[in-house]
Amino acid sequence: MNLPASEVRSAPAAKERRIPKHLAEEWRGRTYVYLCVLIMIVTIFSIVYFIASRGLAPFISHGVSVSEMMFGLEWRPDGEPAVFGALPFLFGSFSTSLLAAVIAAPLGLCASLFMTEIMPKLGKTVLQPGIELLAGIPSVVYGFVGLSVIVPFLRDVFPGLGVGVLAGSLVLSIMILPTVTTVSTDALRSLPRGLKEGSMALGATRWQTISRIILPTLLPSLLTGVVLGIARAFGEALAVQMVIGNAPHIPHSLFESAATLTSIITLSMGNTTSGSLHNNALWSLALMLLLMTFVFVFVVRMLERRVKR
Amino acid sequence: MRAKTIDRIATGVIVAVAVLIMAVLASLIGYLLFRGLPHISWHFLTSFPQAIKAGGGIGPQLFNSIFLLVLTMIITIPLGLGAGIYMSEYAKRGPITNFIRLVVEVLSSFPSIVVGLFGLLVIVNTFNLGYSLLSGALALTVFNLPMMVRLTEQSLRSVPQEQKEAGLALGMSRWKTITSVMLPVALPSIVTGTVLAAGRVFGEAAALLFTAGMSSPRLDFTDWNPLHPTSPLNPMRPAETLAVHIWKINSEGLAPDAGEIAAGASAVLVITILLFNLGARWFGRVLYRKLTASK
Amino acid sequence: MKKSLVLLLTVVFAISLAACGNNTNNNAGSANTSSPSPSASESAAPSESATPSAEPLSGSVIASGSSALQPLAQAAADKFMADDQYKGVSVQIQGGGSGTGLSQVSDGQVQIGNSDVFAEEKLDADKAKELVDHKVAVIAMAAVAHKDVGVDNLTQQQLVDIFTGKVTNWKDVGGTDAKIVLVNRPSSSGTRATFEKYALGIKTEDLPGSIQEDASGTVKKLVSETPGAIGYLALSYLDESIIALKYEGVEPTTDNVKTNTYPVWAYEHMYTKGEPDAAAKAFLDYMMSPEIQQKDVVENGYIPTSDMKIERDAAGTVTNK
Repeated sequence: MNLPASEVRSAPAAKERRIPKHLAEEWRGRTYVYLCVLIMIVTIFSIVYFIASRGLAPFISHGVSVSEMMFGLEWRPDGEPAVFGALPFLFGSFSTSLLAAVIAAPLGLCASLFMTEIMPKLGKTVLQPGIELLAGIPSVVYGFVGLSVIVPFLRDVFPGLGVGVLAGSLVLSIMILPTVTTVSTDALRSLPRGLKEGSMALGATRWQTISRIILPTLLPSLLTGVVLGIARAFGEALAVQMVIGNAPHIPHSLFESAATLTSIITLSMGNTTSGSLHNNALWSLALMLLLMTFVFVFVVRMLERRVKR
Repeated sequence: MRAKTIDRIATGVIVAVAVLIMAVLASLIGYLLFRGLPHISWHFLTSFPQAIKAGGGIGPQLFNSIFLLVLTMIITIPLGLGAGIYMSEYAKRGPITNFIRLVVEVLSSFPSIVVGLFGLLVIVNTFNLGYSLLSGALALTVFNLPMMVRLTEQSLRSVPQEQKEAGLALGMSRWKTITSVMLPVALPSIVTGTVLAAGRVFGEAAALLFTAGMSSPRLDFTDWNPLHPTSPLNPMRPAETLAVHIWKINSEGLAPDAGEIAAGASAVLVITILLFNLGARWFGRVLYRKLTASK
Repeated sequence: MKKSLVLLLTVVFAISLAACGNNTNNNAGSANTSSPSPSASESAAPSESATPSAEPLSGSVIASGSSALQPLAQAAADKFMADDQYKGVSVQIQGGGSGTGLSQVSDGQVQIGNSDVFAEEKLDADKAKELVDHKVAVIAMAAVAHKDVGVDNLTQQQLVDIFTGKVTNWKDVGGTDAKIVLVNRPSSSGTRATFEKYALGIKTEDLPGSIQEDASGTVKKLVSETPGAIGYLALSYLDESIIALKYEGVEPTTDNVKTNTYPVWAYEHMYTKGEPDAAAKAFLDYMMSPEIQQKDVVENGYIPTSDMKIERDAAGTVTNK
C-alpha cells in the first residue's frame, strides 16, 4: 500500500533463481490473506441474501404491500385478515435512538473536551478507562439495571408506567455514550496543535478557542460519532425490550409503552413457526434493520469524506 | 472580562458533566457490585444452576462463556489477522479495496440480533449444526472479525516504514517481512485490542439466544473428551453463557432466589469485563516494554 | 527475546492455519456427526424392540421449544440420564419458544418439539397431521393484579371489559380508584392464546399504552411493582408479591383445574414427527412415569395429565374421562 508495488516486486525478482522457496512462501501467504478476505465477503453476501430471502417473502408470496408494511399503523399478525403495519416500530426505533443520541451527544462532547482540553491527565487516567468500561458492560446488564432502577424511578417521578420511550432512551444513551465519546476524543486529539495555539496566542480564552475554532473544524467528525451511536442504539435489542413496554402502537408521550423493530423481533420470533406469514413478517423487520445499517454506513461515509476534505 | 466569565462558566459546565458521567458510572458499578457481591461465593461460581430450588450456581455458564470466547478467538484471530494484513499491505488503491473496506464497515455495524437470526437460519438450521457452541462461536465471529481486521490494519500501519523497508532490503519476501518484522512490532497493540474486543464477546447475548441456545446439558466435568456429548469441551453441545443466563433468569426464573442469582451473575460479568480491561492494558504495556527493551 | 517472539508468532500462525483448515472440516464433520445420530438411534430401534433387555439403549434426543415447559423437561432429562438403564442416551432440552419447537420437529431437526399450544393452532394442517401429540402435563393460569387494587374476583365479562379497554379504572369493577394498567403478552404467545380462549372467550387487540412482555418473570415484576397493574401468570409463578384473582368466584387451585371448574388451563405438549424412535420413546415414557408425573410435575407447579378428570381437545370440547 505504502510502497509502490514495482519496488517490492523488483527486490525478490532479482534473486528469483536462487530462492524459489521465498516465492512459494510469498505465494502461500498471499493465498491465505486473499482467502480470509474472501470469507468475509462471502459472509456479508450470505447474510444479506438469507435475510432478504425470508424478509421479502411476505411481499412476494403473501401479497402484503410494501407501503402497508412501511406506513401501516396497525400490527395485527393474527387478525382476520392479518395486518402488518410496521410504522409504530419504525417510529419507536427512530424516536428512542434519536432521543438517546440527543442525550448522549452533549455528554460525550463534554467528556471528550474534558479529556483533551481541560484536564488531560485526569481524563486519561480516570474518565477514559471509566467510559471504556461502560462500553464493555453487557446489554443484558443494562436492561437489568434499567428495569430495576430507571423504570421504578420514572414511574415515581413522572405520570405513567415508567416503561416507555424515555426509559428506553435513557438506557440507550448510557450504552452509546462510549461510542460518541471515543470518536470525538480521537478527532480532538488529531487536531493540529498550531490551530489551537494560534488562537490562544491571539488572546482568545479557552472557551472561545473551543467554540469558534475547535468545534466548527471538528463538526463532521463529531457528527460521525453521533451517527455511529445512533446506529448502535438502533440495533440494540435486549436492553430496550426489557424497559420499553412493547405495545405495538405509536405512543402519545415519552412515558407511554412503545415498541421497536428489535423488541418485536425478540418478543415474537420464538413463538411463531418458521414459514408462517407472521414469522416471515418478522424477518421483514429484520430486513429493515439491515437496510438501515446500510443507510447509517452510507451517512458515516459521507461525513468522513467531508472530514478528509 | 465577559469572555473570561463565559470561559469560566463553560469550563465549569464541562467539568460538571465529566463529574456527572463519573458519578453515573460509579453508581452503576456500585449498584451492581452492592447487589451482587454478597451473593458471590466459591459455591456460587462452581455449582450447577437449580431450576426451582434456591441455591443454584453459575458454574457451567461461567465455563461456557470462557470456552465460547476461546472458540470464537480461535476462529477470529487467524481470519482477522489475514484480512487485516491484506488491508494494510496487499490491498491496492482502487474500487476493490474500497469495496472491501465498505464490507468491513457494514459487517461491524450489523445489529447483533440480525446476526443472531442469520445464525439461526443458516448455521443452526441449514448447516444443521444445531444450537451449539460452534454455532455461537461462528455468529460471534461475524461481530469480532471486522474489529480484528481494523485493529490489525491500524497496528500494522503504525509500524515505522524503516523497519519494513529494512526487511525488504534484506531480500525477504513481503510475506516474510510482514510476519517476522512487522507483526512482532505491532503485536502489543493487537493484543490489547483483541482482549478488549473479547470483553464484548463475553457479554453478548442477543445473538447467542438464537445460536448457542438457552440451556446446557448436564456437564460432566471429569470427562474431557471433546467427542462425548456431556463433555464440557464438546463444541457441538448447546451452551448457555453467563449473559444469556442473566437474561433467562430475569425473564423466566422460577427459583426463589432468581433475583439474587441475576444480581450475582451480573456482578461476576462486570468484574470479568473489568479484569479484561485492566488485563489488556497491563499485558499490552508489558509486551511493549519487553519489545522496546529487546531492540 | 526475538527468538521467543518468533516462536510465539509461529505458534499463533500454526494455530491459525490449523483453525482455518479445521473450520471447514468442522462444518463438514459436524454435519456428518449430527445427522447420523437420529439414524443411529433409528437403527437401534428394531433391535431394541426385538430384545428389550439384551442391549442397552443408546442414542441422542434433542427437544426444543416452549420455554414454559423447559424447566420441567430439563428436570426430567436430568433424572432420566442419571438412571443406569438409560446411560447411553443423551437428552438435550432447548428453549426457543413453542413456534420454534413445532417448526424444528416438523422439519426433523429435533426429535421432540415442546409446545404450549396444539400444533393445529400454529402449523399448517398437513404439517400438523404428521405430528404425534404427547400431553405431558397441564398448566393453569391465573389473572394476577397489583396488591392494592382492592379486587379479588373478576367475572368473565369484567375481564373482557378490562382487556378490551372498556373499563379503565378499578373502581368500575368494585376496587379502589386506580387506573388499570394492562400487562399483556405478545399476540404470538401461547400463554395469551390460552388466556384469551378460556378466560376471555374472545381474541383481543393490543391496546395503546398497554405493556407487553413475553417472559413470566418480567410480567410478575411489572405487575407487582406497577400500581393498578393486571396480567396473567402460570400458577407456578404465584406468590405473595401479587394477588391471584378468582375467576367467576372460583379460586385458581389445582383441584379446581382437575375438575375443569377453573377452566383457564392448557396442556403442555411434546410432539414427535410420526412415532418416536426408541430413545425418544424411552424418554417420553419416562416423562409419563409416576417418578416424574407425581414428583417433578407437581413440584414445578404443573398438574399431571392423569389427574385430570376430563379431557379437552384442540377445539376446546370437553369430555369426561
